[in-house]
Amino acid sequence: MRSIFRDIYNNIFEFVQTFGAFQLFFLRLVRHAPRMLVRRPGLIIKQVYNAGALSLVIIMVCGFFVGGVLALQGYANLARFNAEDSVGTVVALALIKELGPVITALLFAGRAGTALSSEIGLMKATDQLSAMEMMAVNPVRRVLVPRFVGGVISMPLLVAVFTCIGLFGANVVAVYLLSVDVGAFWQQMQLSVDIKDIQEGVFKSIVFGIVASLLAVWEGYNTIPTAEGVGRATTRTVVITAIAVLILDFMITAVML
Amino acid sequence: MEADSENLIEIRDLMYSRGVRVIFKGLNLTIKRGEVTALMGPSGTGKTTLLRLITRQLIPQQGAIYVNGVDIATLNQRRLYELRRRFGMLFQNGALLTDLTVFENVAFPLREHTKLSNRLIRHVVLTKLHAVGLRGAADMSPTELSGGMARRVALARAMVMDPEILIYDEPFVGLDPISMGVIVRLVRRMNDALGITSIVVSHDVAEVSTVADRSYLISDGKVAASGSPDELHAANSELVRQFMHGMADGPVAFHFDAPNYAEQLLGRDSE
Repeated sequence: MRSIFRDIYNNIFEFVQTFGAFQLFFLRLVRHAPRMLVRRPGLIIKQVYNAGALSLVIIMVCGFFVGGVLALQGYANLARFNAEDSVGTVVALALIKELGPVITALLFAGRAGTALSSEIGLMKATDQLSAMEMMAVNPVRRVLVPRFVGGVISMPLLVAVFTCIGLFGANVVAVYLLSVDVGAFWQQMQLSVDIKDIQEGVFKSIVFGIVASLLAVWEGYNTIPTAEGVGRATTRTVVITAIAVLILDFMITAVML
Repeated sequence: MEADSENLIEIRDLMYSRGVRVIFKGLNLTIKRGEVTALMGPSGTGKTTLLRLITRQLIPQQGAIYVNGVDIATLNQRRLYELRRRFGMLFQNGALLTDLTVFENVAFPLREHTKLSNRLIRHVVLTKLHAVGLRGAADMSPTELSGGMARRVALARAMVMDPEILIYDEPFVGLDPISMGVIVRLVRRMNDALGITSIVVSHDVAEVSTVADRSYLISDGKVAASGSPDELHAANSELVRQFMHGMADGPVAFHFDAPNYAEQLLGRDSE
């Protein structure tokens, strides 16, 4: 019986300890970020390319089909109330406020997050981070900060691309497949989508960008330096990011409504 | 800081354990300025750990390590990085940065720490690469290199800031005889020509003997013997003889602790 309590105590202790270390880690990244942005923009641009530009294809393909399926579902359900013309509004609100940021964050975790953690984990396993330490170069500043900042910059841009392509996909499906009037589609959308809705989406995309990049970099940096460890860190990045993004999405929505 | 004594690095009563395994129990050793010092010992004695302690990638649990008379455990990060700029370290596997070319790997410390022009960096890097015979590989990626070539690039990188202290972690493992000869001579020549202090960790007795001024044989968490290679070869201690001559029987057990061989193979299962 006592050992159960001890296990629970140890687990809680360990969790609090890890969470504290995680926060300190975040502060360390934030502290170095401005200087790296000014002094070494090249490093950050390279990471925006790695995390952002290289994710564009999957983001665009997924955006198109998510927009398309929303149009199909929206049309089928709205038709019951003879409100087919509002399909543009429904799709736009769903994409801008919810699905754009959330699905982009999940795809980002799968494509860019895993690449980041496995890259950093392998650098650790092959002593590259120690070698930098020995060359008096701070690996947190040189390796982690550009990757973190690159991810944070990329995410809102990816969300914007995802949402636009999604709207385009919805337009294609609604107008060409379901014969919704193209004027009604866009005008209804313009009338009912508010700047506040867009702000909510942008805010979420920034938060998810920070969370997804931070978790990827953290998992990579804390990898157990073996082949197995790198694999496990990569998996954890996806799983934890997905959970964190979905919980945060609920919390932000609840607060902003 | 600039205490110009003869002893560059002094290790006093070093204790270090990882988990339940005690790695060092009261290790004392001195590395003299301008010499090539070899740290030898059976595998698993913590030679690499010792290097990490000397460069403060790890911090000793007890005892102290003095570099130039300064206890390195007391340095803050800025001072530590200042100190590390005077170190050059060659890692066991090279530890080249895989997202940069060979040229950029060697140029890395220069780009991070100096404001030299690209032209000058090019000159310095190509000279160092030429010294290790890999000027032609400048544009290759580290992943295209063999293990031995990667180590030679790493050596060029370690030399590029003209360090005072060069640390080699197992520099001779996996080199073909030609590169081995070149590297051994390079270690010696750089030490003498540039007035560097070198620390070589190795268990390659024959190669170390040709290059080292002084060797420390580490076993069981302590210095078991020290002296010039000739002195070690002539030593009477059983442990030193076993190690220097590569004998299976002696104080250092070749077998890891295990139950009785015959009983385990022939005895009935306890179930």
